[in-house]
Amino acid sequence: MTRLEPLAIPAAALAAAMVVFGLFMAALGQNPLEVYALIYRGAFASAFSWQNTLARAAPLVLTALCVALPARVGLMVIGGEGALVLGGLSAAVVGHALAGTAPLTVQAAMALAAMVVGGAWIALAGALRQYRGVNETISSLLLTYIAIALFNHLVEGPLRDPASLNKPSTAPIGDASMLGRLPGLDVHWGLGLGIVFCALMYVLVQHTTYGFGMRIVGGNARAARLAGLPVGGLVLAACALGGAAAGLAGMVEVAAVHGSANASLIAGYGYGGILIAFIARQNPLAIVPVAVLVGGLAASGSMLQRRLDLPDATVLVLQGVAFMLILASEALYGRLKPFRPTRASP
Amino acid sequence: MSVLGWWGVPLAVLGGAIRVSTPFLFVSLGECITEKSGRINLGLEGILVMGAMTGYAVSYGTGNPWVGVLAAGGAGAVLGLLHGALCSLPRVNDIAIGIGLMLFGTGVAFFLGKPYVHPKAPTLPSIPLGFWSDAPPIQAALQVNPLFLIGVGLALALTWAFRHTRWGLVIRMVGDSSDAARAMGHGVRSVRTLATGLGGLLAGVGGSFLSLYYPGSWSEGLSSGQGLMAVALVIFARWSPIQCFGASLLFGGAGALGPALQSVGVTGGYYLFNAAPYVVTLALMIATCSPRRTLTGAPGELSINR
Repeated sequence: MTRLEPLAIPAAALAAAMVVFGLFMAALGQNPLEVYALIYRGAFASAFSWQNTLARAAPLVLTALCVALPARVGLMVIGGEGALVLGGLSAAVVGHALAGTAPLTVQAAMALAAMVVGGAWIALAGALRQYRGVNETISSLLLTYIAIALFNHLVEGPLRDPASLNKPSTAPIGDASMLGRLPGLDVHWGLGLGIVFCALMYVLVQHTTYGFGMRIVGGNARAARLAGLPVGGLVLAACALGGAAAGLAGMVEVAAVHGSANASLIAGYGYGGILIAFIARQNPLAIVPVAVLVGGLAASGSMLQRRLDLPDATVLVLQGVAFMLILASEALYGRLKPFRPTRASP
Repeated sequence: MSVLGWWGVPLAVLGGAIRVSTPFLFVSLGECITEKSGRINLGLEGILVMGAMTGYAVSYGTGNPWVGVLAAGGAGAVLGLLHGALCSLPRVNDIAIGIGLMLFGTGVAFFLGKPYVHPKAPTLPSIPLGFWSDAPPIQAALQVNPLFLIGVGLALALTWAFRHTRWGLVIRMVGDSSDAARAMGHGVRSVRTLATGLGGLLAGVGGSFLSLYYPGSWSEGLSSGQGLMAVALVIFARWSPIQCFGASLLFGGAGALGPALQSVGVTGGYYLFNAAPYVVTLALMIATCSPRRTLTGAPGELSINR
């Protein structure tokens, strides 16, 4: 029974959120069951809606890792958005510079550039924490604003493609270099990259000595230092890997969706990732289903708008209610009788 | 511009700073109260947007913008109390709840505010402090909103209250050492919940300034992250209400520098000027932090200092 606890509590919180949101809808004169049926249809009912859902989940999987990995060494990084936009920008620059070479080479170079830049950006926050004592939550938030300003400056100034008139963009990477679709699915490769990244990180954290070291640092940094672990290196590595994931999310958005770097990259995926990581309890494997669920919710917004004439912010309300309740349900762990470990009677 | 030439730049920055800084001032004073009690509320962004929507809708409905300001404060207080109550549960992380509240507040505000995007609501009047001058730029720069003056008064009052009143002492004690507060018989959780509610109230009022004065209309892109910046601003101001005022003016002025320089023909680096406050805050934190001690003036119970 105890193994079911991390599944049962979020599920109960989600159900409670659906009841609260259903009451809200009923108060506005809508039939809650009809609303939920439409959300299901918009998110998961057809091949088209699955495709929409998974395309939205792909960057969220990666930005959630940017929170989950530093969390393993005890750091709370909320700057994934900054790593994403700078990663996307560097991918677009590299992609344009290499246009014409073999697509796989271009894509690999783009991914590498995005991961290096994103990783360095978040590692900076980790290093400031480790060596200067600057709180990483605040510094990563500040770094996000700096990254967005830098991005806007470069995209509207030195790196702007003169051909992009209405919407300032960098020069396009070219159709040949765009990421293809997963075989058998109408979803781009970004989702595959995200799932592979998550699986690798799960193995790293749970089944290697490095991951074990990271978890010790997260549990008690002093004990880790006394045990002779390279605390600084582990902290920097966790931050760099998380930032690399968020940077890769930017590369995926550029190479699979937009074709160049422009303001559409700043879509709040970094902030969405924070909540996904918290709901997944910082477990890299749990991130994938949670991101699909959240992606599905986002995808169903237009369906509600078309059919029931509800504002497109409706799904934001449901997301907000669900997140608040799932986060608050953290208080229930270890308190519910059926999940208590049974002790052998003396 | 022609009358003043290059002197127009500092004047426009001053005017812009006064205009742009008011929401910063309210949000940072609210966050200052919350953080003094030992919690961080990252959800002020959602509260700010919710306050902007409520203020605009109520002002449209009643025809009186001041009723709108009050309603915005009320909506902000409700959301703040929600944050405070949820964080009082064991093991619930205040930063994560704050991000959840940011999403919830903006979602509800966009949802309920949809019908108010087009109607024109009555907005707040301004006080022409530039009446003594004939030059239009000076008059324009010194159009001051009453909320700005209220905010300045509030900053002074809070500085005094933290130092000289019983409530100020209780909030500071709860924020510095929950053990000491408990030993003195104060309910740590209820004080923090109330402090978060008060912070939400101020952030809601700050939001109503956005929709009822400058820019003076309700739309979904109204806030540009002022609520999130409040956290950085309070750290920059070292948890002192009076320095929150100075920091708000600085952040507002830095934001106004880009457009002001643009008006005299300097167009490059517009976005880089926008980033100036963040760079300054980060540089300040790097310069003053050290792994061996926390920031001076920081409440001891604050999760970012532990």
